[in-house]
Amino acid sequence: MKSAMSAVTHKGGNPHIAAGASPAHLSAVTNSPPQRSAQPSPAGAGSPKRNTWFRKWRANRLDAGLGLVSLVTMLLLWYLVTRFRIDFYVRFTNVPSPADVLQKFIEINHTTSFLDNVLISLRRIWLGFGIAAILGVSLGLLVGRYRMVRGLLFPALEALRPIPAIAWVPISVMLWPSNEVSIVFITFLGAFFPILLNTVEGVHAIDKVLLRAASSLGASEASMFRHVVLPGALPHIFTGLALGMGVAWVSLIAAEMISGQFGVGYATWEAYSLISYPEIVVGMITIGLLGWICSALIRIVGSMSMPWLAFTTRRGKS
Amino acid sequence: MSTDKHSGRIEIEDARIHFEQADGGRFTAIDGVSLTIEPGEFVSIIGPSGCGKSTVLNVLAGFLQLDEGTALLDGARISRPGAERGVVFQQYSLFPWMTVRKNVEFGLKMQNVPATKRETTARGLLGIAGLLAFENHYPDQLSGGMKQRVGIVRALATSPRVLLMDEPFGALDAQTRSVMQEVLTNMWQRLRTSVLFITHDIDEAIFLSDRVYVMTARPGRIKAVVPINLPRPRTPETTTSSEYVALVQQLRSLIRAESIQAMGGEFAQAGLAGLDTEVGPEGIGALF
Repeated sequence: MKSAMSAVTHKGGNPHIAAGASPAHLSAVTNSPPQRSAQPSPAGAGSPKRNTWFRKWRANRLDAGLGLVSLVTMLLLWYLVTRFRIDFYVRFTNVPSPADVLQKFIEINHTTSFLDNVLISLRRIWLGFGIAAILGVSLGLLVGRYRMVRGLLFPALEALRPIPAIAWVPISVMLWPSNEVSIVFITFLGAFFPILLNTVEGVHAIDKVLLRAASSLGASEASMFRHVVLPGALPHIFTGLALGMGVAWVSLIAAEMISGQFGVGYATWEAYSLISYPEIVVGMITIGLLGWICSALIRIVGSMSMPWLAFTTRRGKS
Repeated sequence: MSTDKHSGRIEIEDARIHFEQADGGRFTAIDGVSLTIEPGEFVSIIGPSGCGKSTVLNVLAGFLQLDEGTALLDGARISRPGAERGVVFQQYSLFPWMTVRKNVEFGLKMQNVPATKRETTARGLLGIAGLLAFENHYPDQLSGGMKQRVGIVRALATSPRVLLMDEPFGALDAQTRSVMQEVLTNMWQRLRTSVLFITHDIDEAIFLSDRVYVMTARPGRIKAVVPINLPRPRTPETTTSSEYVALVQQLRSLIRAESIQAMGGEFAQAGLAGLDTEVGPEGIGALF
């Protein structure tokens, strides 16, 4: 009854109107029968669009230039502090220089053992993250949509959530038959909660009028789920996936360093034990790059599966 | 397109709905409301904001259940939402992730109509509404008026027996609004679906309707039914005729008393009870 009331009393203006009503379109509608109003807007939309593209390109060029300056400065600073072996509370005496690291990187790839470690970490990520994505999204949709599921599942999940994935390492080793499964489990735990919570939030964020519209058009519960709840929650789901991917890497590297055999995290820690300092930095950079690539993949898949958002964000920016 | 049995006749009898309020109190949204819409008839409900006119629509849409009374479509009790009652909402309600055509096809898809048939129907209706060039656009690429036109087309795509419209043009500017009213009359004259149209705009109600119900506020009751016997098709020139002007005046005086009462109630709630009691409803009216 309460939701019904808010629907009755909520009669506020919609902020979207001003943005949509272009003068060209309006005049077209007013002085012609409906058929002709269709023509001007696609053509009319052309010129401001090109203008935006041009501006965007110029802005991007500036951004690229600034980004280059930023990266080069960082490399230069790294070079200087290691070249002069700065020892001023922070000690750079044993930190390898950029050149050392580059040389090590080439040397390390003479054999495939480093690449093998990378591939092992990637497999753990995609297994752990993949299971977390499937479980997190499907449970999130159910928890978000059905009060019964929410009431039954959510308190238990909320009780487990504050425990960081890394704190599970000892128990995980005891729980699972092999070290490998245990590391995948830690990775899964790290990714699971951000994905679950964002999916739940995504379902709740769906405008209720869309649900009403779907039901008045005769949508069954299954159709509602497939055509309204899932796509409506998709933007939040991808936010959750991107966050989850970040936490998955954190958890994986920690797990590999603590209990691992193989993997980039393990290789990095081992380099420290063997006093092979350049190799530590090779490991760090590799981990950073891998994390960045995985997040970029998720962003790309996200924008490909939500083509309609291109128009929402453009309006927001201009 | 309508058979005798499924012709789109709406009957509400002695309807009553209470709402629980956040502070634990109850208020009566609509009380003893009776209303009929004959097949193919265009009926408006007009009244001050908060008078429960949208509540009546939500009952017919199946979003709300009556506490007392009956709501019937062609003699069958309305208990939940269904495609034989198309709804056009005040807020934009297009699915942002579907193109214009996919939005229009949605209702047909829910009825398992084959894809090619869906496409033909959707494109035909979009053509009538002058939106065919935008069939592959996403809703966020459209202006407010176009979004509402798509909303109307989508609600009509399943050939509903009755079209329920809840202040559909309330969020549009005056210019777009009057164009939309003409578009709507055009479409209605072609399709002859029964329409229930909620508005607080007197001119809009007269321009569109065959009959206008006037509702009172708190609790929402039907105060008067005014038949609009202006000839069709109606054009902007209709609004200058003397019958039209007389109808505007008649409805305005009916509504005015109600608005003042509704406002008086709000003044009292806001702690300005003095205004209400000392000046009285007529006195507040004199301020405007």
